[in-house]
This record gives sequence, structure tokens and C-alpha cells, in this order.
Amino acid sequence: MSAPVLSVRNLSIDYVGEDSDFHAVKDVSFDIAKGEFFGLAGESGCGKSTIAFAIARLHQPSALIRRGEILVEGRNVLDLDKKALEKFRWTEVAMVFQSAMNSLNPVLTIEAQFHDVLKTHLGLSREQSRKRAEELLALVDIPAERLKSFPHQCSGGMRQRIVIAICLALNPKLLIMDEPTTALDVVVQREILQRIDVLRKELGFSILFITHDLGLMAQVCDRIGVMLEGELVEVGDARQIHTAPTHPYTKKLWASMPRLRGAQIGGEASL
Amino acid sequence: MSHAPILSLDNVSKTFGGGKAPVYAARAVSLELTPGRTTALVGESGSGKTTCARLIMREYEADEGKILFKGEKLGTGQFADLSAYRRAVQMIFQDPFASLNPAHTIRYHLERPLKLHRKDLAKAEREAGIVKLLEKVKLPADQMLEKYPHELSGGQRQRISIARALAVGPEVIVADEPTSMLDVSVRLGILNLLNEMKRSLDLALLYITHDIATARYVAEDIMVMFSGQIVEWGPVESVLGNPAHPYTRLLLSAVPDPDVRLGEATDFSPDDIVAIRKDAAQAQSEVREVGPGHFIRVPGGTAQA
Repeated sequence: MSAPVLSVRNLSIDYVGEDSDFHAVKDVSFDIAKGEFFGLAGESGCGKSTIAFAIARLHQPSALIRRGEILVEGRNVLDLDKKALEKFRWTEVAMVFQSAMNSLNPVLTIEAQFHDVLKTHLGLSREQSRKRAEELLALVDIPAERLKSFPHQCSGGMRQRIVIAICLALNPKLLIMDEPTTALDVVVQREILQRIDVLRKELGFSILFITHDLGLMAQVCDRIGVMLEGELVEVGDARQIHTAPTHPYTKKLWASMPRLRGAQIGGEASL
Repeated sequence: MSHAPILSLDNVSKTFGGGKAPVYAARAVSLELTPGRTTALVGESGSGKTTCARLIMREYEADEGKILFKGEKLGTGQFADLSAYRRAVQMIFQDPFASLNPAHTIRYHLERPLKLHRKDLAKAEREAGIVKLLEKVKLPADQMLEKYPHELSGGQRQRISIARALAVGPEVIVADEPTSMLDVSVRLGILNLLNEMKRSLDLALLYITHDIATARYVAEDIMVMFSGQIVEWGPVESVLGNPAHPYTRLLLSAVPDPDVRLGEATDFSPDDIVAIRKDAAQAQSEVREVGPGHFIRVPGGTAQA
């Protein structure tokens, strides 16, 4: 097995309070291999988003990384200075947020928002970045004429795909997606995830996928980590997490999810 | 069930905005709610689910068709008065953070409906009523009454919303996405509570959701809505087991299923999806029975069932 793209080692993060600290992430370690679709599951407040923000070095006070390392391609992200970080974000790690479809600038056209990234990082001219933006939009099945549109003229699903296309502009090695489709309808969600799955196979990037929807995760991910109150309680192959979970919490999560087909859950397994 | 429906919609339509691009939020919607039964209304955002809820709650007036409660047209007869109607038909909202007033205690939230609707009760009787309500939703009264909403978890708040809805002794409850903002492990408790209430109080429940798996868990009947129309309806196992309308099939194919890997799923192509949605958005007046009590609106156009 080749070296992992991302390696989180003994990571502990606290939210510093006046009287006491809240231990949001407790001694978490996991690896993501090249091209791997890795899922981090858990309920609100379990620390999954805190980890995502720390990997992109987007965590802000009062979050404090107490211990641990975050290695991307062998380099500790926590050691990067401001200049190195600018290069690191987008080229190494790009991030799609839950509200990403609202993260586009409402007063700029889609084209201008692509140009912003491409000019800053690659120094492309308007002409060059338009060409590159057309290629990127094609990746997410959006016609080139959309470049002239403003965000409000595009549907939520389309905006989410545009954000993903911008994230892919500099060929990042790792795409972090924090609840990327939670605000979308299931049909749109499926279309987007399918597209992402094809792209990661074509372009070879890895994915850290964060969601509370364990069913969705089992469907799309290669491996899954389950978090409970800041701890990574179980990591395994997606199929194993689904069919043979070992941790009681993972079992309880499955037992509390009503099934669409087949035998219904018992209903008494409420946590 | 031998019960007769308590509330029914008969070809109800509601349009927003006139001019060139009116929005047909409800198009010839017919449905019946029966005591002791849960009917699930499922569909994507913008399909008209909440419009139906608001029509039932008399927050909107229907443009066409009629809504009957206990055989009487809304706004007439015994329940003409809005407060008399609301005593019988209550609603539970999606957002347990927004639907409770942050400035008031839990006691206030539960006492107010009793004060407004049960003027016959003395203070001590009201107090006993509040404690009983909290027992019903399985919250410890002694710890809850003086608390403010922000001191409660999402699940606890939703239980308070349910208790508040039950306070006036309703016969119909409309629950609009009551669990979508809750964590997975808390959802089941709320769904179980709704089930229990339905059984013990013989409530007619309309459960509105985009989460079809939870609809299967709580409902006896299901209706699939798209673009203001109910395109398929019937017993929940029949509709989910043998979906007949192309849109229902599309919707069900996209529901996350841990048993089916993404690459192995039988999916619709992007072109199929566009075609199915386009067809389903057309007015479909012909109704066909495809199984016992299981109906679809017959789609026209290219994406035939």
C-alpha cells in the first residue's frame, strides 16, 4: 500500500472555555489512502466537523489543537506558515461545506468566481480561465453558458456542483465534504455523489466525506469511521460497518434507522 | 379500520402569484385522514407538502375544491370559529428551536393553550394537566417546568411541541417534518411517541416528510407528491414495494440504501430524470388503480409507466 494522502495522528482538540475546556476531539487517528472515499459519521457535536476544519487549518479560537499531527502527503499541516497555507489550501486540500451553495458571491457571475481562484493561484488570464472554467463545469455536467449566470439564477443542486467544480480547479489531492448534500433533495443528492465518485476515479483524488447519514455513507464510501463524543469508536470497511458493526454505538445507530425495504427495525433500540 | 374519515380534502387547489408564471402549489389534491391512522405525505422540497398542511390548518384559503372537517366545510358550522377548529386540529412544526418562544418557560408554553382553550379549568386543574402532558411525552415534570427552551436538547424540545399540541385534546395532528432536524438516535423516540399517541388517543395523523424510510415506519398510508399533485397513493407497503408512477420509482431509487453500493444501483440517467420530472409536472387527470387501494395519476408524455 502506498503512503496515505492524509494521516491524522493522535489528534486532540479542545474548545477552550473560561472555567473548563470542552474536549471535542479525543486522540483520533486515521488514514486516507490515495483515491479513497473515506466517511466520518456521527451525530451533532461528535467532533466530525471540528476535525474537517482542523485538516484545512480553518479552525478558529476557541478551538485549540492540544496534541497530534495532521500529515498531508507526509507534511504536518499544523506547521505551515501563512504563505505555505495559502498554497496548501486549494492545491492540496479543498473543502465543500454544507452551505456551500450559499458560499458563492451573489454579485459576481460564475465565471468571475472561477477567475478569482485561477488568477490568484495560477496567474491565468481571463481568456485562459474561461477555458479552464468550461472544462471544470463540464466535469460536473453543467453547460458552459452557465458561466455568464449569477448564483441566484442556478438551482441549489447546480450551485453545489459549481462549488465542487471550483474546488477541483487546482487538482487537490484531498476533497473534504462536510454534509455536502444535506440541504438537497435525494434525487439531486444521488446525481451529485455519483458524479463525484466518477471524478475521483478519473482524477485520483481522495475524499473525506462527513455526514450524519450512515445509510448514505455505507452506500458511497470505501471505509467508514464512526465518532461518538469526540472519539473514533470504530473504523472499518463500509460493508463491515454495515453488516457486521462491532461497536455497540454503531449497532445502536443502525437499529434506530427505519428501513425503506425489507424487515423493519424493532423500534426499541432508541438511544 | 371501520372508522370514517374525520378530515378530507376534495380536489383542492392553491395557486400563488398570477400573471405569466403562477406557482401551482396544490393541484386537485384529494386526501382523507382517519382516526387511529397515520397518512404520510412525502415529496421533495417545493412539491407542495407544506402548502397542504397550511390549507388544513386554515392558514391559507383554498382557491378551488373543498376541505371537510367532520362533514362540514371549513369556516362553516360547528367549527367555523378558528379557535374552535384549532382545538380539534393541531400542528407540530419542523424546527424545535424556532417553534418555542425563547423568552418563556416550558410551564408557560404548556399552560397557555390550556388557558386559551380550556377556560373552564381552575389553576390547580391546569397544573395537573401540564404534569400529565409531560408524562405523556415522557419528560420529568419536576425538572422541566421552570426551564427555558435553550436549556433543552432538540429531542426534548420536540417533545414539548408535541405536548403543547396535545394540550387541547385535538383529534387531528399535522406533523410537518417533525424529526428532520433531530439526530438519528433521537428521531426514533419521537416517531415512537407519535405512534403511541395515535393509538392511545385515536388521533388522525398527517405525517409530512421527505424521509421515506421514516414514513414507512410510522404510516399506514402514503401519498407521493410532486409539483403540487399527488401522483401516487395507497397502503404504504404496496406503494413502496410496487411503485407504479415513474416519479415514485425515481424518488425511491435515490433514497440512500446501505444494501446497495453506489455503482451497483439501478439508476436513472440524467436525461431520464429530466424527462420523468417534466412529465410528472404536467397536469395528470386520469387516475388508475394499480393495486387494492393503490392508485396513480397516469402520466402522459414519454416516460410511460
